[in-house]
Amino acid sequence: MCLGIPGRVVEITDAVNKLGLVDVCGVRRQINLACVVDAEHSVAACVGDWVLVHVGFAMSRIDEHEAQLTLELLEQLGEAQGEINAMQPVT
Amino acid sequence: MRYADEFRDPDKARTLVAEIVRLAAPLAADRGRPLQIMEVCGGHTHTIFRYGLKAMLPQELIEFVHGPGCPVCVLPMGRVDNCVALARNPNVIFTTFGDAMRVPGSHGSLLQAKADGADVRMVYSPLDALQIARKNPGREVIFFALGFETTMPSTALTVLQARREGIGNFSLFCNHITIPATMKALLDSPDLMLDGFLGPGHVSMVIGNRPYDFIARVYHRPLVVSGFEPLDLLQSLWMVIKQIAEGRCEIENQYTRIVPEEGNAQALAAVGEVFELRDFFEWRGLGSIEHSGVKMRADFARFDAERKFSMPHLTVADPKACQCGDVLKGLIKPHQCRVFGTACTPETPLGALMVSSEGACAAYHQYGRLTRTAQPAAAASA
Repeated sequence: MCLGIPGRVVEITDAVNKLGLVDVCGVRRQINLACVVDAEHSVAACVGDWVLVHVGFAMSRIDEHEAQLTLELLEQLGEAQGEINAMQPVT
Repeated sequence: MRYADEFRDPDKARTLVAEIVRLAAPLAADRGRPLQIMEVCGGHTHTIFRYGLKAMLPQELIEFVHGPGCPVCVLPMGRVDNCVALARNPNVIFTTFGDAMRVPGSHGSLLQAKADGADVRMVYSPLDALQIARKNPGREVIFFALGFETTMPSTALTVLQARREGIGNFSLFCNHITIPATMKALLDSPDLMLDGFLGPGHVSMVIGNRPYDFIARVYHRPLVVSGFEPLDLLQSLWMVIKQIAEGRCEIENQYTRIVPEEGNAQALAAVGEVFELRDFFEWRGLGSIEHSGVKMRADFARFDAERKFSMPHLTVADPKACQCGDVLKGLIKPHQCRVFGTACTPETPLGALMVSSEGACAAYHQYGRLTRTAQPAAAASA
């Protein structure tokens, strides 16, 4: 819940509500981008960004290097798979 | 080369450890005890154990005190009982993060309530709970909002979304808590002898570094906001010890690649719009702490489960055998608790610190046996 997991913004699905599809280790799900959007970085500009995702919200833009580091750390801590499984969208 | 190599480089680790030992030795000798450094965040506790950082540092010089930084672990039983009562209402769909399912209340956990037929659903995100509300307009959907400042923006933004859409059957049972107020309570505790702090990384990503200023200014303790890599933690520890050795106490940031000085403006704006400080919030093991929790502002009353449903204020004493409070304050180590590993195990937790993988007791249970075998004196000293 607290560590978050890195993912990459694939496309914007709802610009008004700042929602986008984020790919986390091959699992794609809709993520809220409100906290990584500001006057200098529009919703549209988020496509391709690596972001740190906490409980369905992108909380920080990170570089690819940091994203890989964090993923490896989560794998070693045994936390990555549980987080990815939990991300499956509700039906 | 694997990306992470630079953060797990054994040579860099050895250099840092040597520097820490050199600086800490005279300080520990002066005090006649090891330097006590609290890592506030449960994620840090996890890294310290997973990578054996504790064993790399001489125990007569450095002692890690595991902080209260696992929001699942500090939930008082009364609040869990409230959850179970809400979930038993046949018109309610009670949604929660998976971590909270097994936290014991005085009448069982949410998992047990679910087994008894209550409609309790695990969700990954508060947005999933909102989606369940959209799909079940005839039922009341309650989301169990918990966590420190890291998860607060996500529930605030979800409520703002619910208000925009005019969704009337969605509410939060708000149990969010704040890190700085909790650290103040720990510092006010007379039996605590902390020399410095490793500050939480992801909480600070949201709130920035300034909310910790009082720790240096009023309490004269150094704090270094730290990343989660093993070398992040060693470097942060070195920065704390260096401050002590040089007679400084400042708030420093080792995790600049994630934590901006001022935090995340958008997240803070959403939190400020939806939540306000409570006068007091009850913590498992620590009792009532001033301004340590938030509640929903009156403007959001129709999204506030505490206003929508009758909810008694339950103060339920922690189980007598449990010593979670002493562990949280760093007075005893997890394995020194009288029920550790016997009545209280990760499979059947009695205290909340055993429930989540980020809880200090669960970490000791998972990794600690090896450490204790290697350092039999540890149990006797602390």
